[in-house]
Amino acid sequence: MTRIDDRPATTTRRGALRTLAGAAAGAASLPLWARYTHAQSAEPIRIGFQVHRTGIGAAYGRWYDRTTQAAARLINEAGGINGRPVEIVAEDDGTDPKRGAEVVEKFATQHGCDIAFGTLFSHVVIGSAPRAGELKLPYFVVSEGHHVASGMLNRYTIQPGITDVKSQVQAMAPFVTETLGKKVTLVFPDYAYGHDHRDFFSAAVEAQGGEVLAKLAIPPAETSFTKYFPKIPRETEVLYHVMVGPGVLTFVKELGEFFGGRGPELFGFIDSLEAVAIDSPGLEFLEGSHFWEGMPRYAQPDQSEYDAFYRQQVGVDDTGASVSDPTDISTYGHMFGCWETLYVVKAAMEASGYAGPENRPAMIEAVEAMTEMPHSRQHPQGPKIFNGKTHQVFGRQHISQVRDGRLVKVHTTSIEDTFYPDEVDYTTRPF
Amino acid sequence: MEIGPYFLLATLEGAVTAAVLALTAVGLSLVFGVMRVVNIAHGEFFMLGAVIAWWVAQAVGGHPALGFAAALVIAPLIVGGLAAAADMTILKRLDYDPERTIVATIGLLYVIQQVTLMTYGPEARPVEAPFGTRLAIPWIEHAEGGWRLYWPWGLSTTSYKLAVMAAAAAVLLGVWALMARTRIGLVMRATQMDRGMALAFGIPVERVYALVFGLGAGLAALAAVLIVPIRQAHYLMGADPLLLSFIVVIIGGLGSLPGTVVAAVLIGLSDGIISVFFSPTLAKIIATLLVALVLVFRPQGLFGTRAA
Amino acid sequence: MSDGRKVLLLHGGLLAGLFALHFVLPAYHHGNLARIMVLASYAVGYNVLFGYTGLLSLGHALFFAAGMYGMALPLHHLGLPAGWALLTGLGAGAGLAALLALLALRTTGVAFLIVTLMFAQAGHLTILYFGEVTRGDEGFVIDAAQRVLWGIDLSAPDARYLAALALFAASLLACLALVRAPFGKTLIAVRENEERVRMLGYDTHLHKWGAMVISGALSAAAGAAYGLLFGYAGATFGSVQYSILPLLWVLLGGAGTVIGPFIGTLFMFYLIDLSSDLTTAYMLVAGVALIALTLFAPQGLAGEVRRRLWRWLP
Repeated sequence: MTRIDDRPATTTRRGALRTLAGAAAGAASLPLWARYTHAQSAEPIRIGFQVHRTGIGAAYGRWYDRTTQAAARLINEAGGINGRPVEIVAEDDGTDPKRGAEVVEKFATQHGCDIAFGTLFSHVVIGSAPRAGELKLPYFVVSEGHHVASGMLNRYTIQPGITDVKSQVQAMAPFVTETLGKKVTLVFPDYAYGHDHRDFFSAAVEAQGGEVLAKLAIPPAETSFTKYFPKIPRETEVLYHVMVGPGVLTFVKELGEFFGGRGPELFGFIDSLEAVAIDSPGLEFLEGSHFWEGMPRYAQPDQSEYDAFYRQQVGVDDTGASVSDPTDISTYGHMFGCWETLYVVKAAMEASGYAGPENRPAMIEAVEAMTEMPHSRQHPQGPKIFNGKTHQVFGRQHISQVRDGRLVKVHTTSIEDTFYPDEVDYTTRPF
Repeated sequence: MEIGPYFLLATLEGAVTAAVLALTAVGLSLVFGVMRVVNIAHGEFFMLGAVIAWWVAQAVGGHPALGFAAALVIAPLIVGGLAAAADMTILKRLDYDPERTIVATIGLLYVIQQVTLMTYGPEARPVEAPFGTRLAIPWIEHAEGGWRLYWPWGLSTTSYKLAVMAAAAAVLLGVWALMARTRIGLVMRATQMDRGMALAFGIPVERVYALVFGLGAGLAALAAVLIVPIRQAHYLMGADPLLLSFIVVIIGGLGSLPGTVVAAVLIGLSDGIISVFFSPTLAKIIATLLVALVLVFRPQGLFGTRAA
Repeated sequence: MSDGRKVLLLHGGLLAGLFALHFVLPAYHHGNLARIMVLASYAVGYNVLFGYTGLLSLGHALFFAAGMYGMALPLHHLGLPAGWALLTGLGAGAGLAALLALLALRTTGVAFLIVTLMFAQAGHLTILYFGEVTRGDEGFVIDAAQRVLWGIDLSAPDARYLAALALFAASLLACLALVRAPFGKTLIAVRENEERVRMLGYDTHLHKWGAMVISGALSAAAGAAYGLLFGYAGATFGSVQYSILPLLWVLLGGAGTVIGPFIGTLFMFYLIDLSSDLTTAYMLVAGVALIALTLFAPQGLAGEVRRRLWRWLP
């Protein structure tokens, strides 16, 4: 099913796109007009889903897939987008930036996808985004990385379904210093994700009058951790840990053995224990410690009807496990981002009267025009505010405490707690 | 933590790494030494051992020690059998050509990883240790009025970690006895020294190869069963043991089992001890460069008699 | 027709064919082939050391990454123009290879394999250690505005394809010239029997050193071009996986053949790409295919062709 598409034609198409961008900008201001003139085709809207099926991100990828399929099914049951059914075209990127870029090319030039979507790991996002920009393919990432809002990427890359690490960390810091202690030691993996935590959290803690005593970077792929723990200063009141990857269970277990019950308070990110049962053998040590959660894994007493609906549709029970297999734990703190992003895509395509690739710039502008996203079935995690200039969404954050082997929500930040000054204005960049 | 207790703690941690590494590497050393092939899939046999240990522990249930004991027997047997089968169906047909074996075992690595991903899944899963009491360790310091004993903050190990070291030592002794004191060991050593001569003396070299390949994989699986209560089973866990065991085998000197064990201890301990003095990633860089430099200035390895 | 003419015809024909494909390939395969040509240049560089000199390195990701970062860091942080950045990348890789060869060539066989592997691991960790400038594993985007060489925008598909083809042609022709020159013939002799070559009065150590520098320089050129053409530099390109890949490509295509690295890279790329269309378990398909290939084409694809058909294949 190769499509004949020779070189000169491509060049012409690029030229045509440029012309159309201007026209489409006009179309965005007339959504209803656009909708009625373009929605003639019943061809499916093809959404390229870049999924981590293999490689280090596979545990996340599996649940990102389930969430995406559930949202797509619901959208189709409700009539699709602009009267057209949605088709999810999934491709494995092996959690590798090189393959990620190839997959984005495949979506744009082979599968004829309208947009690409769904990437989690930051290095895959950063490796793929330049190609998405060059191919003028809207690229909706669900990554938590600060890469979008930092201005590193391009006008076609947007993160409307999940908050970024900078805002998460900044919103957590007051709780940590006020409730747990002011003398903090950071333990983080020695790569960019960890460095973001190190930099943003250090700044936020110092702004709160706290003090960062030590910053302990652990080499990636490390499998034993006890030998590093003596570097944790004795006077540490709070140990802030953001380890990720398959070594995390070992990390927590060895931390428990090291301190033997005499340790500092622990504050971690649930990223460490996504897809892992919190009552696993060896994790008893976490009892009483605190975690950031994007969305509480355990159904809370004040659970919203939207959370209940979302849980049921994706097939997750009240403890965050799969309804069909209680040992299959979801990545509940992150995967809502796929669901919410697909609904943002739907809203943007409908607002811009999206009919085909020539409307991509108009669709981007429609997303950029979004601001408030109310708590709803489309946004089950909570209300959000989208910043069109930085292409990044902002929302409430949750802190949970481990009590009796369950995660119990103890604090919710406001959306305003997560704001920081804009670092980029993508809307000034050309399409 | 003060430098003395820290040093002791790093040494203990290094010793656990060394114990498991020695078992894994001795398996590879056998294969490398006797068959002269580079088995890229060795780490995957290690991973299979851990994954099968999880299955067995789940299936047996009851007290953790029961499942663990069963896994100790079952995992190495299954993995060893699989490896022997791979040897007879694939490697034998390649005539043990070194380069083709590399490609074929990379293929095997893909197959094993994908099958594990499809059946076991992408999660890291823990196996409960049969026992694991935390043991605080005392230290002496010179205070006013003479020496006194005290319990430094954080200085501890677990009974299970000590048991891992003991078990590894026992298995290594067993391997040594097998190689040095039994007929089958004699046959393996003869095949290692001169394949052609062994054939001429009527040794069934093909069967010896299958046995060695199975034994090597079985040892890797056994090491994984021992470590899995400390580190969890995960389908990508094979890469590190593969690289480390390679290093250990070469540093120790090709074909020298005692050399392999000594190198494992050196590498395991230095990994722990260097981390006392440098920031973690810098410590890894230094440890890695040290390995390279040892080989640069002693290419035959520490105990090798011929150039590797 | 003489063997020399056949060689020129075959390799010239390949390059001409690749140029012709530029005009007819559908967009997706056009993009893929650009990528494959850059990676094949890397494999050609690897083959100089492995296929022709007989030294099995597992550390070439170091040279590929040195080229990529040697190009991308001055471009990104200092605003060096793309042309100069390519040269700094090439220089970084060649210089590193020249230096490390002095140490690594004290060893042979599996010890050489481990030494190169260790240097590459140390290099990979160093990229992570200096995360402030390299952005570690996450890497960084190379700004499209900076990816302009002599006024040509390398982020455009046509320019990218032709640039990749130019690089590949240069690597292929350099390799061809090398193996037909006395220097290259000596390398092959070293591979076959180093002792005898030394007895004949050749400085085999100097020859091996030269081979490693050439190999490192070609790998670095590919790494620098990859970063510049696809707009991204990241630490994964320095990981052990990217040392194993060129070995795999070369073995599949045929070690010690000029055309083999390209065939192996092409084969492996489409093996993964096509099997992932059929099943999500594409690694299983790829694994089985690799095993089957070693069973039925023991000398790699081009190696089999040489053995059965074209004895003259260089």
